[in-house]
Amino acid sequence: MVAETPVTASASNARVQTEPTPPFVEVQDLSIHYGGKKILSGVSFDIYENEIFGIIGPANSGKTSFLRALNRMDMFTPGMNVTGTIKIDGHDIQRWKNVYALRRRIGVVFPLPVGLPLSVYDNVALAPRLAGIKRRSELDIIVERCLTRAALWEEVKDRLDSLGSLLSGGQQQRLTIARALSQDPDLLLLDEFSIAVDPVTTMRIEDVLKELKHEITIVLVTNLVQQTRRLSDRTAFLLSGELVEVGETAELFEGKVRDQRTLGYLEGRFG
Amino acid sequence: MFAPTELNHKNRRNQRLVRMLFLWMATMLIIPVVLILGILVYRGGPMISVDFLLTEPTNGMTAGGILPALVGTVWLVVVALLASVPIGIAAALYLSEYASDNWLTRIINLAIINLAGVPSIVHALFGVGAFVLFFRFGTSILAASLTLAVMTLPVVIVATKEALQSVPFAFREACWNMGATRWQTIRRVVLPNSVSGILTGVILEVSRTAGETAPIMFTGAAFFLPFLPQSVFDQTMAMSLHLFVISTQVPGVPEELPFGVALVLISMVLAMNALSIAFRTYLRGRKKW
Amino acid sequence: MEPQTTDRARSRRERRRGEDRRDRNWYIDKAVQALVFIGGISGILFIIGIFVFITKEGYGFIAETLDIGEFLTSPRWRPTSDHNPTYGALALIAGTTSVTGLAMLVSVPFSLGAAIYIGEFAKGRTRETLKILVELLAAIPSVVWGFIGLSIMNPLIIKTFNVPIGLNVLNSGLILGLMAAPIMTTIAEDALKAVPDTYREAAEALGATKWQVIYRVVLPAGKNGLVAAVLLGVGRGFGETMAVLMASGHSINLPTSVFDSVRALTATIAAELGETAVGSDHYRALFTLGILLFVVTFVINLTADLVVRGIRKK
Repeated sequence: MVAETPVTASASNARVQTEPTPPFVEVQDLSIHYGGKKILSGVSFDIYENEIFGIIGPANSGKTSFLRALNRMDMFTPGMNVTGTIKIDGHDIQRWKNVYALRRRIGVVFPLPVGLPLSVYDNVALAPRLAGIKRRSELDIIVERCLTRAALWEEVKDRLDSLGSLLSGGQQQRLTIARALSQDPDLLLLDEFSIAVDPVTTMRIEDVLKELKHEITIVLVTNLVQQTRRLSDRTAFLLSGELVEVGETAELFEGKVRDQRTLGYLEGRFG
Repeated sequence: MFAPTELNHKNRRNQRLVRMLFLWMATMLIIPVVLILGILVYRGGPMISVDFLLTEPTNGMTAGGILPALVGTVWLVVVALLASVPIGIAAALYLSEYASDNWLTRIINLAIINLAGVPSIVHALFGVGAFVLFFRFGTSILAASLTLAVMTLPVVIVATKEALQSVPFAFREACWNMGATRWQTIRRVVLPNSVSGILTGVILEVSRTAGETAPIMFTGAAFFLPFLPQSVFDQTMAMSLHLFVISTQVPGVPEELPFGVALVLISMVLAMNALSIAFRTYLRGRKKW
Repeated sequence: MEPQTTDRARSRRERRRGEDRRDRNWYIDKAVQALVFIGGISGILFIIGIFVFITKEGYGFIAETLDIGEFLTSPRWRPTSDHNPTYGALALIAGTTSVTGLAMLVSVPFSLGAAIYIGEFAKGRTRETLKILVELLAAIPSVVWGFIGLSIMNPLIIKTFNVPIGLNVLNSGLILGLMAAPIMTTIAEDALKAVPDTYREAAEALGATKWQVIYRVVLPAGKNGLVAAVLLGVGRGFGETMAVLMASGHSINLPTSVFDSVRALTATIAAELGETAVGSDHYRALFTLGILLFVVTFVINLTADLVVRGIRKK
């Protein structure tokens, strides 16, 4: 069986022919208000299964708020108001009966590393435990696999009992990534994951992401235009809460843009 | 550098004077505590013996020990804690983990401030009206302890809330993002990291509860009972009321006896406080994130 | 691409779709939320409960027997008189007011001074030690304070001022001052701490001395918190029971000097409630005093809260 990856298809109509499954994430007319202030205004786009979808744009363009809306964090955020629809795997996320089950499908990595004040092992085993996995042997496997994927295993394998919150910043960030992977997510949201990580580690994690996209749909929010170029299959450009354009990353970087602002941003003229 | 001028000298001298003035003011608040403790130890100390602690008062409370009062205070404190700690922790959890910044939260906070500010004798009246009469607990350990529990509830709530809020918000968000429910987050991350702070508050509450007099006077504490309480429906003696009684109500009490009682009472209270403070200092020194 | 990985993703997706139901954890979470909410509103329930129960016991008296004019203007509190009981609370109000007033007169300057020293001058270990000592001051039970008034201050005042009795406004005022000091010091220090350091730095950059900085910048900026601190101190003094009962002399008097014995509202309830029959006029009159105390402290606390809220708005 050859799974057609939508990424390399050159135009969206080509995708419709080769990709019979509907988009994994459908965003329709999504607006986000924060205490009366408009953060995101009426954006619509689709994210396909097994692609890395990049979202770029300067600060305050609504990227992070979008990620929060995706896993319904607005529920727990006073003042945050979301309108429009987001469908994940064909289901409107507003209609989910158990929002926690929805969140278990979505792994999130935020820019500032958060090592929970639990042991390194328990940090990674927390999500599986929440999902009901109790057997130590099973947890051992998950912990090792996720830490390895997050390029942290070698550094912490001898001190899995030390506090995750006392690791260095870069290590905590990789721990956060390992934790997100430990959920075995369908969708992985990365919000500027490389801020606290050194360049070498960043490259290692990027390699891992390229492998992971075969089984996980990844949304990558980043300030680093070059990172988007290296990793994402398609890229959306957000500016002040508006969607300027969505397109194949390769085409955007070749200059095939519909809006000159995109070109300006990609070439570093503003942002 | 510039050479110090005349003005500079004057300023510096004034500064020192001002500093000394405020130091003196602070000291004036502290000296009485030290003096009082000194006098209590000096005059009450000789009274203290194993016998004093472990025998009953005799000769119309003019002699003998304080056993029933000690035991009674322990009863009162324990029962009061059983009532107030769960409620207090629940209230703090609500305020810290669930409540949003709305009118209800403001009213709750105001109610808690008022609960702490209502005079102890008004709490006593409430205890009489509610627990003794309305709920028909009679004058009993139960009624007295519940009165104490209502009165000291703010201590637990405030301390617990502070302990919960010292756990960074980012930890909660990280858990929620993994699909943990609010309760799973609280149980696995928030509570384990605030339990010691909560304990500090509980110890503080023990100290408050043990020293209160007015709320128990008419709800369950008795002037004199030569036997120990058997259940929460019994009346009991208590250290605080005992001190009041032998120093004002009973004729012919030897002058040193109330000093002994006061010393034991204040030792209990301050020991609890010291424990709470030591615990807090230790916690502050320990780095977990 | 390896086909198994996609299979794995597919099967995971199938499984995950089935997970969208309200499981045990979902219900536990809801149950805890409900329980915790009850705990949260318990404070409101208790404060309402206090008001309802003391009103329930005292209401009959207010409705039937009480003469408001007499209550507020007559100093004759004679509830136990056989033929003509009178319920004038003026002397009791005067007692409470005079003791609290003297307490504040002594305590406010020292408490605020201590707060300024702890907040603005003291550093590191000294600061921590002072704070702990203030905390210990707050921990001394009121009955112990009363006992100190009775057994230490009383003879001291008799000897020093050559007066016949040392249980009076002076004695209980000083004790109450010490009792109210910790809360005022703590709250005032919090208020000073809330003043941003940038204010101090800006003033110091202009060459102001420490005292000028405090007097002209820090105190005005922390004014509301200081007012709230004093209010809470007043509330504390106003409601204090055992210490005032034991150290004030407990005799009905309109005081003309600090050496007069007085009787406080709180102390009257504490001293008389045990001797009254449930439901009698006297009993209900004491509850009426309780209502008065409740209302006054409520207003004081409310005002303090509003004043503090004023700071936050800024």
